[in-house]
Amino acid sequence: MSSSPDLRAAVEEFLYHEADLLDTWRLDEWLALFTDECSYLIPATDRPDGDPFRDLFLVQDDRFLLEQRVESLMTKTAWAESPHSTTRRLIGNVRAADAGDGAVAVQANFIVTRARQSTVDTYPGRYEMLLERGGPAGFRIRMRKAVLALEELRPHGRISIIL
Amino acid sequence: MEQPFIVDDPSTDTFRINRRAMVDPEVLAAERANIFDRTWLYLGHESEVAQPGDYVSRTVGGRALVLCRDHDGTVRVWLNTCTHRGATVCRETKGHGRFLTCFYHAWSFDLAGNLTTLPDAEAYGPGFDKAALALKAPPRVDTYRGFVFVSYNPAVIPLVDHLAGARDYLDLVCEQSDTTMAILPGTQEYSIEANWKLLVENSIDGYHAMSTHATYMDYLITAMRKAAEALGEKLAPPSLDGHAHDLGNGHAVIEYTAPWARPTARWAGPLDPALREPLAARRAELAERYGEERARRICETSRNLFIFPNLIVNDIMAVTVRAFEPVTPGLMHVRAWELAPVGEPAALHEVRLDNFLTFLGPGGLATPDDVEALECCQRGFTSWRELPWSDISRGMAQERPGITDELQMRVFWRRWNQMIGGDPAAAGGGEGETPVRLHAVGGGR
Repeated sequence: MSSSPDLRAAVEEFLYHEADLLDTWRLDEWLALFTDECSYLIPATDRPDGDPFRDLFLVQDDRFLLEQRVESLMTKTAWAESPHSTTRRLIGNVRAADAGDGAVAVQANFIVTRARQSTVDTYPGRYEMLLERGGPAGFRIRMRKAVLALEELRPHGRISIIL
Repeated sequence: MEQPFIVDDPSTDTFRINRRAMVDPEVLAAERANIFDRTWLYLGHESEVAQPGDYVSRTVGGRALVLCRDHDGTVRVWLNTCTHRGATVCRETKGHGRFLTCFYHAWSFDLAGNLTTLPDAEAYGPGFDKAALALKAPPRVDTYRGFVFVSYNPAVIPLVDHLAGARDYLDLVCEQSDTTMAILPGTQEYSIEANWKLLVENSIDGYHAMSTHATYMDYLITAMRKAAEALGEKLAPPSLDGHAHDLGNGHAVIEYTAPWARPTARWAGPLDPALREPLAARRAELAERYGEERARRICETSRNLFIFPNLIVNDIMAVTVRAFEPVTPGLMHVRAWELAPVGEPAALHEVRLDNFLTFLGPGGLATPDDVEALECCQRGFTSWRELPWSDISRGMAQERPGITDELQMRVFWRRWNQMIGGDPAAAGGGEGETPVRLHAVGGGR
């Protein structure tokens, strides 16, 4: 994926903004970054190239489900995240390229740490995103896939936060 | 003063289990010796090795195993250890090939287990018996409708007898397909920092649905209301209605009607109204084939089935197959797969995947809350000496316990108690090794 410095800088700024919204639990603002037709995906750890219409995924949200996920996470009865965990995201190795029709294809590496109940879980992986230009933040998210660089979800046991 | 692990007194509707069972390494050692080494354990599904040459490796009952399909198409299970000096012959979790080769000294076995080649074979004397050095299978391997089980007890009762009343419920799950059911690609593989028996209880617990899964229920009602409004209909108040059943040998099930859609074959919002007709047609086919009452159960009822000691089949909005393995008293490994009819129409298949994920996985809207609950229980058990008893008496006074009662858990615990004490009759075969005697609980009233 070729990446012009200007485009990459703009995408990096957007990804940092997005990470900050998630780390500060401003999930409504984060949700507003998505287009009306969108997807948020996490493939199974043993099927990172899986097809969401044929294979089992860990997360396979369309717009409606993503709204439900965000709404759930902000209630007190989302027990796995109530009280909220403390997360921090490092994003790097960002590449961005024009994907036609004004869309931008993005790849980036991430490490997300989640601290709660005296343990810290680390989620390493790679983002694959399809962005559209526009909106107050500069881009809107059409597709956001987090591919975990893990062999299994251990010791985490859950993905209760947004990755 | 000594105490038992279980207080089971129907005359006073009392059923309590001692929390030491959840934390003590001695108890886990006894579970390994008296339960996991003596009964049938779920290993995997034949469809995971659909083609000759396919293999998967996993640990079951503490042993590294390989499940494969040899080049004649026969499903085989091997202990994953080289007959030479012991290294695992399969180091991948799944793959495809003609041979399993131990990289240590390059001994190579075909998938039928035969030792085919080894370097410098001529250095061994004339007494060297290559045939005797074939891969070794666990003492017993058997399958029921594609579900592959192993036992390390040569004298274990036949699998069909072990499954007892659970067979009929596996049949109900499999009758969703006219041909066969298969595990879909993609495994949800995770761990829970809690005792494995907590997951047994949780997987068949109807009582926790409304409290632990409040956010999921909100989601479900929102989705169904939205769908009903779009059709100009009124949403009936969602309810779960059904009963718990003792299936023998420690197996138990809750079977119930629920408001949600089932890809085989119950339409409900928020499914696409265009699917109403194909689902009705599928339901009619099943009624033709199995009769109306059986078809009603296949299509309309949900079931959470526990097969003692390590398998859950949850046939709810989709079919989850979940197996677990104790690692320490406070840690288990869990694997979950989705089972679906082979050749299902794409639109229904997508519904199945969507349903599976929204509820039934570690990235879903409910399972993380279950994991949280189980880990909270395990933390609570740190005070087991001061507060030794958990109460599992709900519904004991009922003639027909419902799904929010705890009969299904008592069925598990009674069988556990029978086996953990080393009752030689409990595994169905009196032979085999002498059971470990576990001393009853001392102190901690």
